Amino acid sequence: MDFGFIFSSALSELFTPTTAAYALAALGLAVHFGYSGLLNFGQAGFMAVGAYGFAISTLTFGVPFFVGLLIAVICSALFALLLGIPTLRLRADYLAIVTIAAAEIVRYIVTTNQLDAVTGSADGLGAFEGGFYAMNPFPEGSYMGMNNRDFFIRVVAWALVIVCCLVVWLLMRSPWGRVLKGIREDENAVRSLGKNVYAYKMQALVIGGVLGAFAGMVFTLPRGAVQPANYGTELTFFLWTCLLLGGMSTVLGPVVGAMIFWVVLSLTQGILYGLIESGAVTWLTTVQAGQLRYILVGIALMLLMIFRPQGVFGNKKELAFA
Amino acid sequence: MLKAVGAVFAAIITILLVVAPASQATTPSPTPSPTTTVFQNSISGFLRDDERKPIADVTITATSGDFTGTAKSAANGAWTIGVPTQGTYEVELDESTLPEGIKLAEGQENPRSVTFSQTSNLSVIFAFGKGIVIEEQNFAQNLLNRLVAGLSFGLLLALASVGLSLIFGTTGLTNFAHGEMVTLGAVVMFGLSAMNLPFWLAGLLALIFGGLAGYVQDAGLWKPLRGRGTGLVPMMIVSIGLALAVRYVIQFNFGGATQQLPFAQSPEIQLGPVSISPNNLWSLIISAVVIAVIGIVLLKTRLGKATRAVADNPALAAASGIDVDGVIRIVWVAGGMLAALGGILWAYYRPGVTFDMGSQILLLIFAGVTLGGLGTVFGALVGSIIVGIFVELTTVFGLAADLKYVGALFIMIIVLLFRPQGILGRRERVG
Repeated sequence: MDFGFIFSSALSELFTPTTAAYALAALGLAVHFGYSGLLNFGQAGFMAVGAYGFAISTLTFGVPFFVGLLIAVICSALFALLLGIPTLRLRADYLAIVTIAAAEIVRYIVTTNQLDAVTGSADGLGAFEGGFYAMNPFPEGSYMGMNNRDFFIRVVAWALVIVCCLVVWLLMRSPWGRVLKGIREDENAVRSLGKNVYAYKMQALVIGGVLGAFAGMVFTLPRGAVQPANYGTELTFFLWTCLLLGGMSTVLGPVVGAMIFWVVLSLTQGILYGLIESGAVTWLTTVQAGQLRYILVGIALMLLMIFRPQGVFGNKKELAFA
Repeated sequence: MLKAVGAVFAAIITILLVVAPASQATTPSPTPSPTTTVFQNSISGFLRDDERKPIADVTITATSGDFTGTAKSAANGAWTIGVPTQGTYEVELDESTLPEGIKLAEGQENPRSVTFSQTSNLSVIFAFGKGIVIEEQNFAQNLLNRLVAGLSFGLLLALASVGLSLIFGTTGLTNFAHGEMVTLGAVVMFGLSAMNLPFWLAGLLALIFGGLAGYVQDAGLWKPLRGRGTGLVPMMIVSIGLALAVRYVIQFNFGGATQQLPFAQSPEIQLGPVSISPNNLWSLIISAVVIAVIGIVLLKTRLGKATRAVADNPALAAASGIDVDGVIRIVWVAGGMLAALGGILWAYYRPGVTFDMGSQILLLIFAGVTLGGLGTVFGALVGSIIVGIFVELTTVFGLAADLKYVGALFIMIIVLLFRPQGILGRRERVG
């Protein structure tokens, strides 16, 4: 078993665009849940709205890159408004059920054959990334072992992560953020101070949703394809695992959580495959090894929640639940 | 606490390791029932003339790429072509093999191209006779058929959602792992039938296993968490972790393929004006009876009264001498058994057993529970029936089949907008 290779491929997961996408989406969840106490189980839906909003506006309407980006952001904000109107006045578990249902509705709609011409149904859409790579300032060549396209998307993805982290950090230490945390701690107390709790929650939902839309775009751009099967409820649950790993009411927690998530997934895969190839483990097939990893994700999520709900970085006093 | 949670994980891992070799041994021969088709997927149909008499010995061919399958209709008019993968096929009926005096009805495309996805079986209808206009003949008939099928579907959903609602009512937990309890019933039943156990015994053992799963879950995980004072939201997230772990444990042992329970294929029978498959009919009867029994137990017995008391106010119930933890334990066992039964019936309804069959209907179960009002048992029943019928009826009114779940989820959101406490819920439960 080549441990050097296993470790280096695990470490290379640290800065992939996919990790960046998970970090952005988990940061959105931190705004929703960690800072405002909103149980959003539909972050995969926000990602799908962002990815499809961008892909469809580029392919069907032929708009330039930044217009497509803007449309995706507007779509996700509208989606957040649509979700928030019926549910933000209700108890937390209603929001959870409605957001997960809405995310599934989005997935069913982009999967259906009826809209094949626009969404590409189950096959999804492709070849919408041209406008993005056309802006690539790096000439062809090798950059730390990557070609200029890979390097460009990485730079953009992580720059976006850094900017978003900064924005969230600034927002949360502003008076606006303090009100939000107040809502998380005691909604009625904040209401009695004359704040419009509903409006604050809605703003938080929109901001987190827009972060989710960015994540959706970062997720699809390097793949050059957007497929509905990627945006199932499992994606949301993985994002929650990232969020809880890092710490839910921290800015860096979701980013580190996403990194840990992908490194550990890659490590376990490398080690399990290595063991299978070397014949040390005979009761597993490589397919089953892949499934074993997700069993571990589930168990890790349970254990985290039970024994260290504040995550790696979090502060136990800042938990969104008692 | 630590010990108990440790025990649960130890149990999960042990089950994993114990069952894995066994499944390795059984998976190479995955067909428990002696079916003639080698493939998992099939295109099938019935040939009947305009007086509904079966037409035998007609050749039908399905082609896709380099695959060609042929079938001859049997004496009862039935034909089935096993196909390797789901997708688009060209189905052609050889008109020269039709008996004298029978012709395809006007407007019947032949050959025609058919597509299927998400189901393992696709039925193709060829209409015969002189100028039958299919739509007119079918709409009222179709509506009635779908209504009955929807009722059957709704009642099987109700089995799962009544359990979920009871658990929610007594513990406050929104259990995202309930879908996996549904899957477990069907998977265990499949595993036992594959070991050549008789049909009734396999079913019975699957139900007992479901109850056991509920018991172990409560004893090993939820009771210690409640004792620790864990909040409802963390418990909800724990249930998501459990759902992920169990779903992939099932896939680990069961594989990703679709398998069929014994007697899964049954031709539709005519019952008065309704045509329904005997499986659906049985499913309808069984779930209606079971739900009636649950209703009687809840309303008439001491246990039912205690359950409702715990759901209403656990502290007060405990103060009046009710063993709250005992009641909750019974609710978990009953919920597990109901979910397992729902899973078996769902496997016949789809038809097919897969590792994610439960998570596919989890949201419909939630929709049923929320529609009826979180925590109300009879609300869950009403809500599920509405969801079931709605899902089936949307296809009659022109919504594409692959969008049929969307309607139900959409209705749930709309109802929350106007009546957030649900149909039978009480106002103070919300907000």
